[in-house]
Amino acid sequence: MNPWPFVIAAYCVTFLAAAGLALWSWLEMRRAERK
Amino acid sequence: MPSLHALANPARFLKLARPLTPVLFWAGVVLIAIGTWAGLMQTPPDYLQGETVRILYIHVPTAWLGMAGWSGIAVSSLTFLVWRHPLAMIAARAIALPGAMFAALCLITGSIWGRPTWGTWWEWDGRLTSMLLLFFVYLGFMALTRADAERGGDGRIPAIYGVAGSVLLPIIRYSVVWWNTLHQGESIGITKSTIAGSMLWPLPFTLLGFTLFFAGIVLMRMRAILATSKAEARMRRMAA
Repeated sequence: MNPWPFVIAAYCVTFLAAAGLALWSWLEMRRAERK
Repeated sequence: MPSLHALANPARFLKLARPLTPVLFWAGVVLIAIGTWAGLMQTPPDYLQGETVRILYIHVPTAWLGMAGWSGIAVSSLTFLVWRHPLAMIAARAIALPGAMFAALCLITGSIWGRPTWGTWWEWDGRLTSMLLLFFVYLGFMALTRADAERGGDGRIPAIYGVAGSVLLPIIRYSVVWWNTLHQGESIGITKSTIAGSMLWPLPFTLLGFTLFFAGIVLMRMRAILATSKAEARMRRMAA
């Protein structure tokens, strides 16, 4: 079984979720502080 | 160095949080990048697991933050119950979403790691099941804080839930000792590790990196909650 698709999938899921959370939190903070 | 009580003042907290947010966030991103590069390119494959062992460098930080997040909620909730600092409950609310996300990422990366290593995506064993329970406890906390805020509650019920939920932390920690599980036993400790140093060294980079990243996100979310409640209070005053 080729291990690399599993390694790449684990890193991609983690980084996509972390980036999404960071972007969402930053936008929410900016929107709230501009009110 | 300001005391904890001094920081409980929202104005003082914001004065410190504004410059600290980008510093923590970007320092975290840089450390994660170094740890990822080293974990994927510089370390040797494991003699037994081969290349799949590289999932370690993200799986361990996600597990740590899933549990550390709830520890933060429990300490904040207790602080709120004892000293009635509203900022403590804002911190607990701000930690909940990133904590839940890292608990979910721990389960997902563990499952991806489990397939080539154990031959299965999932097993109802002590470690995996207790971590899944923690994820559901996070969801319950988020639902409870939202319902409490909508009903104009004083935050006591979510705070009690936050403290009570911490009972899961030792269960997760010792699940590999108490039960015969598919998950490996403790291999990384503060003073010693069963993993070779040549493979372990990128882990402190991703561990510290994700922790700083998490702290930056929590500060962003605390600032958003504070700004929203300030705007709502201003609108209430205008309507009165």
